Amino acid sequence: MSATVVPESASVDAARAVASTTRGHRRRPRRRMWIGLAFIAPALVLNLIVIGGPSISNIYYAFTDWSGLGPATFTGLDNAVRLFQDQSFWNALTHNFIYMAFFLTVPIAMGLFGAFALSRVRRGAAFFRVAFFIPYLIASVVNAAIWKNILDPQAGLAAALDKIGIHWLDNVYFLGDPKLALGSVMFVDNWHFWGFLVVLFLAATTGIDGARYEAARIDGANAWQEFWHVTLPGIRPTLIFALTIISLWSLLAFDYSYALTGGGPAGSSDLISLLVNRTAFGANEAGYAAFMGLVTSVLGAVILIIIGLLRRKDDES
Amino acid sequence: MTTASSSIAGTTDGERTHRKREKKVDDMRPGGLKRTPISFIVLVVLSLFAILPVLVLALNSFKSDSELATNPLGLPTSWDLSNFEQAWTMGGIGQGLANSAILVAGTVIGIWIVAGSAAYALARLYVPFKRTISFYLLIVISLPAQMFLVPLFFLWTKLGLYDNLLGLILIYIALNTPFATLLMRTFLAGIPMELDEAARLDGANEWQVATKVMLPLARPGFMTTGLVVGLAVYGELFFATIFLSSPNLLPLSTAFLAFQQGFTRLYGVTDAAGLIMILPVIVLFLLMQRNFVTGLAASGVKG
Repeated sequence: MSATVVPESASVDAARAVASTTRGHRRRPRRRMWIGLAFIAPALVLNLIVIGGPSISNIYYAFTDWSGLGPATFTGLDNAVRLFQDQSFWNALTHNFIYMAFFLTVPIAMGLFGAFALSRVRRGAAFFRVAFFIPYLIASVVNAAIWKNILDPQAGLAAALDKIGIHWLDNVYFLGDPKLALGSVMFVDNWHFWGFLVVLFLAATTGIDGARYEAARIDGANAWQEFWHVTLPGIRPTLIFALTIISLWSLLAFDYSYALTGGGPAGSSDLISLLVNRTAFGANEAGYAAFMGLVTSVLGAVILIIIGLLRRKDDES
Repeated sequence: MTTASSSIAGTTDGERTHRKREKKVDDMRPGGLKRTPISFIVLVVLSLFAILPVLVLALNSFKSDSELATNPLGLPTSWDLSNFEQAWTMGGIGQGLANSAILVAGTVIGIWIVAGSAAYALARLYVPFKRTISFYLLIVISLPAQMFLVPLFFLWTKLGLYDNLLGLILIYIALNTPFATLLMRTFLAGIPMELDEAARLDGANEWQVATKVMLPLARPGFMTTGLVVGLAVYGELFFATIFLSSPNLLPLSTAFLAFQQGFTRLYGVTDAAGLIMILPVIVLFLLMQRNFVTGLAASGVKG
């Protein structure tokens, strides 16, 4: 947007400059610069204090034995060596990548499916949209409480099924069994998230030219072919955007693991963000936690670069 | 509320009137109306998947513990409000609501001022290194919180901003500024240039142009941004967990979590507390659906 705005105001500037005196001509651009900076300064200063500055100092602290209090001594690659041998880090990182694989597929499929179905009905469309969206509006702690209740083997779905004589879920501890904990956390997180993708994809779908659907129909396309050949290419930028943010969010996932299982049992649903939190503020190993944060950020950057390269390659072909 | 109730009414007779409409209306939607019954069934199933768990929360909040044991997911036998009373007095819900209100109001107002003026500068004023600044904002949006969390925590401790609502508000403003600035910039860029240029030619100074001309025109954009940011702050857990510890400062999200962990498996009381927490958001959403959806969709498409 700024690209179209800038030349226009520049030409107005030029016209004004010609009309004004030579002194005004020289002074005005400088004054305008200060006005512009004054408007943008609060945002930049606050951002640099909270995010920019700490991010840069994090690079230094990552290579120290800092405890959070007192001075930090530079320890070179000690943290890197330690991290490489740290089972709990690889355990958490593996879970983050499982999270990523799950969220790049299941909610994307549900979101596309829901948005496509929603674009084909008229009756009740507003109701469905609201219904899909409500879990996304509810705070994560409340969603976690809802599912703790439903997944409780004695008080939730299992108990309700018992009443009608179905005993499949007896003694299935979704959140207490190391084999099921991470899957359950991802299930609940996705339950709250996929509706957002429906709304996102639906907004993109409405931007597709109706004539393209008509052309597909005249050619005898069925629903699947319409979806594959018209809808999917039509929302491609939005889809890529969704895949990008999901990849980044998967490295940051915190709420549902923290509120549902606390990372347990026995680290079976632990994630990087929980581990950094424990290491820095529980074990007072701020330097080591800073290094974990640095590694996570580098991974995020690598993912962004890979996505960028894939897009460029795709655009060329 | 009106949109929701009318659309709920719409679904109940939706399937019945469906075949009639099919013959009359020549629909331009993808696939036409011929194939919609399948879509309709899919949508009903998906909406039940989304809504039923929330309904369980609402229904269980009226049940006593003994009733929960015999009737885990069904309708309550009586609409007993004692769980709400207990949640309010024991769960610190009132204090939590007040703290959350301070955090939400402080952050939204701060965002309007800080990000609003930055967006105005980027959309309308001459700013040196404009492209660099926009690029910085994009980088910051995609930076994982772990990258700055540890130094920020100890900086805030040193500055006395740890365990302090203002400290958390400043963090929330900084975190939401990049996205909010880019979102509001697109709204501001949509306002015709002639309006503020005319005001300048009439002798208005920059402050007057920004507050008297641009601000009223940008109201819908500010509204939308405020809703998106407010929603994010209301439910925020990660920074609230780390940066607040005094019980009397906890916002609803962490207060609720502590309450729920203290009352493990007393689902009636915790569900009542949860219902109190989500009700304001759902009511606000139903009233301002359009703003919410355009804001969240725009934050997706533009971000």
